[in-house]
Amino acid sequence: MELAVAVIVTIVTAATPLLIAAIGELVVERSGVLNLGVEGMMVIGAVAAFAIAHNTGSPYLGIVGGMAAGAFLALLFGLLTLTLATNQVATGLALTLLGLGLSGAIGEPYVGLPGTKLQPIEIPLLADIPFFGPILFKQDIIVYASFALVAGVAWFLFRTRAGLTLRSVGDSQTSAHTLGISVIRIRYLAVLFGGACAGLAGAQLSLAYTPQWVENMTAGRGWIALALVVFASWRPLRVIAGAYLFGAVTIGQLHAQALGFGIPSQLLSSLPYLATIAVLVIISRDRRLTLVNTPASLGKPFVPDR
Amino acid sequence: METDTQTAKDPQAGDFERSGDLLLQAQGITKRFGEILANNNVSIDLRAGEIHALLGENGAGKSTLVKILYGALEPNDGALLWRGKPVAITSPAEARKLGIGMVFQHFSLFEALTVAENIALALPGKLSIRELSERIRKVSTDYGLELDPGAIVADLPVGIRQRVEIVRCLLQEPDLIIMDEPTSVLTPQETDQLFITLQRLTKEGCAILYISHRLEEVKQICHHATIMRHGEVVSECDPSKETPATLASMMVGAEIKDVRKPSAGAPGDERLVIERLSAPADGPFGVALRDVDLTIHAGEVVAIAGIAANGQGELFDLISGERLSALPESVRIDGQPVGRKGVNERRRAGAAFVPEERLGHGAVPGLKLSENIVLTRHGVNDGLVRAGFVNRSRAAELEKKIKKNYDVRMSHDDPEARSLSGGNLQKFVVGRELDRNPGVIVINQPTWGVDAGAAATIRQELIDLARAGSAVLVISQDLDEIFEVADRIAVISRGELSDAEPAESMTRERIGLLMGGITDAHTAQGGGAATHAA
Repeated sequence: MELAVAVIVTIVTAATPLLIAAIGELVVERSGVLNLGVEGMMVIGAVAAFAIAHNTGSPYLGIVGGMAAGAFLALLFGLLTLTLATNQVATGLALTLLGLGLSGAIGEPYVGLPGTKLQPIEIPLLADIPFFGPILFKQDIIVYASFALVAGVAWFLFRTRAGLTLRSVGDSQTSAHTLGISVIRIRYLAVLFGGACAGLAGAQLSLAYTPQWVENMTAGRGWIALALVVFASWRPLRVIAGAYLFGAVTIGQLHAQALGFGIPSQLLSSLPYLATIAVLVIISRDRRLTLVNTPASLGKPFVPDR
Repeated sequence: METDTQTAKDPQAGDFERSGDLLLQAQGITKRFGEILANNNVSIDLRAGEIHALLGENGAGKSTLVKILYGALEPNDGALLWRGKPVAITSPAEARKLGIGMVFQHFSLFEALTVAENIALALPGKLSIRELSERIRKVSTDYGLELDPGAIVADLPVGIRQRVEIVRCLLQEPDLIIMDEPTSVLTPQETDQLFITLQRLTKEGCAILYISHRLEEVKQICHHATIMRHGEVVSECDPSKETPATLASMMVGAEIKDVRKPSAGAPGDERLVIERLSAPADGPFGVALRDVDLTIHAGEVVAIAGIAANGQGELFDLISGERLSALPESVRIDGQPVGRKGVNERRRAGAAFVPEERLGHGAVPGLKLSENIVLTRHGVNDGLVRAGFVNRSRAAELEKKIKKNYDVRMSHDDPEARSLSGGNLQKFVVGRELDRNPGVIVINQPTWGVDAGAAATIRQELIDLARAGSAVLVISQDLDEIFEVADRIAVISRGELSDAEPAESMTRERIGLLMGGITDAHTAQGGGAATHAA
């Protein structure tokens, strides 16, 4: 029991950055913008959060800094792809390379320094519930934020006028424009939100998951987040399933390696990726549903004529 | 006729009895796109209770003017007055606030959203899909345009999508409705229903600006017409006192030659045979074809009528070889089974194909016209390929010939396909195939977006080609065109093709019923009786 709880808690910790980055990217893609720079925004968020937390001693200021750094990179992406209508794929790739390089340079003095770990916040009474208490109500603030984010995004997209407007822009930018919806403004907001989410995901890595700064510490999680969005057919609740599955297999294979089953460790390390892809491919088999949920304007630059 | 628009207009204005309060006035509107003057000093008055037709060829500047009135474009010069007061309509939202609604030609709907969500996006205020759904049900039944608010637009046929556009516009309770070719996707019955709606709206004091290429319709329902040519208003008239021919000559500025159709004579050999052709739907929004049978003889033009997205595209792909059919015998060209062969092999068998979408399908946007000629014609050679190399001078020669014979207008020699206007590119794409003198030609929407003069030329060429011994299959949504060219007419509905019947025995009403999937009334009854007896 104790062991099961401990394992599940680590799974939650491993899944959280994916979940946050993916939910941010989901909003971006629902508005019709494909930002492949998630990895870059995440790693910038991680280094900024670590540096600020180290210098101020407050991990909470670190979180804010990480989000701001992610959003700043996203703003750059927005300026290029939305205002200047550059190719989104190429710009997103460049953003990742920029983020990785820049974070290495900024993080140089912080390599090997002890970090400030984000402490879990116990929710009174609820945290005492056996089994579920420690898993759900004895986590750090970023985990709580991830729960709120998914619920909030699902509600926003499917229950509010602003969410409907955002989906409409992703479905047909020309129709939205003829209706008088400001396509570019909505996309900027979505891109900034996505950037802040990626920054928050990065902050979780350098403040909670492994409280230290290591170059390239995102290790491809940004790409996994991107894949999660596609395989989840752009639906928030499916992103949770994908992120937690990935987290579970990641932790599971670590334990399997420790126990030594005689399976090559490289194969085990690749398991989370394979399992995530397999499961999400299976759940996205319904082509009609996928087609209806796929933002039809995804990746198309928009230049209004006036 | 060709006088300055201002002076031409004012003395004429008294000629028409136009009651109704002035609603929207545009005065001296000018709009430039780079070097091109899309609207030059255009003035138009729209009055309450009046259906006002806006006529003109493609590229005459109608769409530009309408976009300015709806706030989607900014004029370079000129003024707009709403109920006599100057206004600046800076965005479509602004236009809607004033009371201007618009029904677009190219749907401005969101396919992935439901009907109610689509309508909600155009309405201000709090979002409550449930309340809105009730209102949609009420208003749509009230006007005889029934809609299911919960349906996803992608699942709806085009006729119903047009209803969504109209109901969306009605729910905004506008004083002025702008309609850009609203009937092009409707069956004759749906069109009649729309006209009843329009008449009711005008009785309620609504003004309607109506754009259509169907001059019969304009004559039937419009109270007043403004005619544009080359970006200027050239005349105004009362369409009920004109004929479609006089309206057309006002639009073009010259008489249009009638298409001559000599009688077909006895049917020649079977040149294109489609037999029991079935195919599953291609993707969730595709249409499945069921047991399509059609034979086209040498010397005749057969037309397939139907509302968009009833399987025309699928049928075209299967005949042209873009999709292969299950059996080779399903498609035969001059007796040769080609059902399992690709496009080039079918071209070598003597066939030519013109798809519906000219830019991106019929021509590669970024390639020059001469290169586009090589793409469809290298398979049959024509001297375009020598020892594996492209013969560019031959391609350029063909390009010049097609340009001359089909009056393709371009700013400089051999431009990229994308720089041509839609109508001009259509002339080029059709001319490229006709120039080969194919034994069989299959052509989807031959005159889509082509102006009246050029459309007449293309139609005449198709008839002449058939009379010279070729088999011509025309797929079209334009009934006027179909009656003009076809010797026999078949109707496609939800992937099923009716028997091709002689054009003389077909009526618009019957085609309309067949389009709606209602098979012949008396055969249906006869069939029913037979099953009862059994």
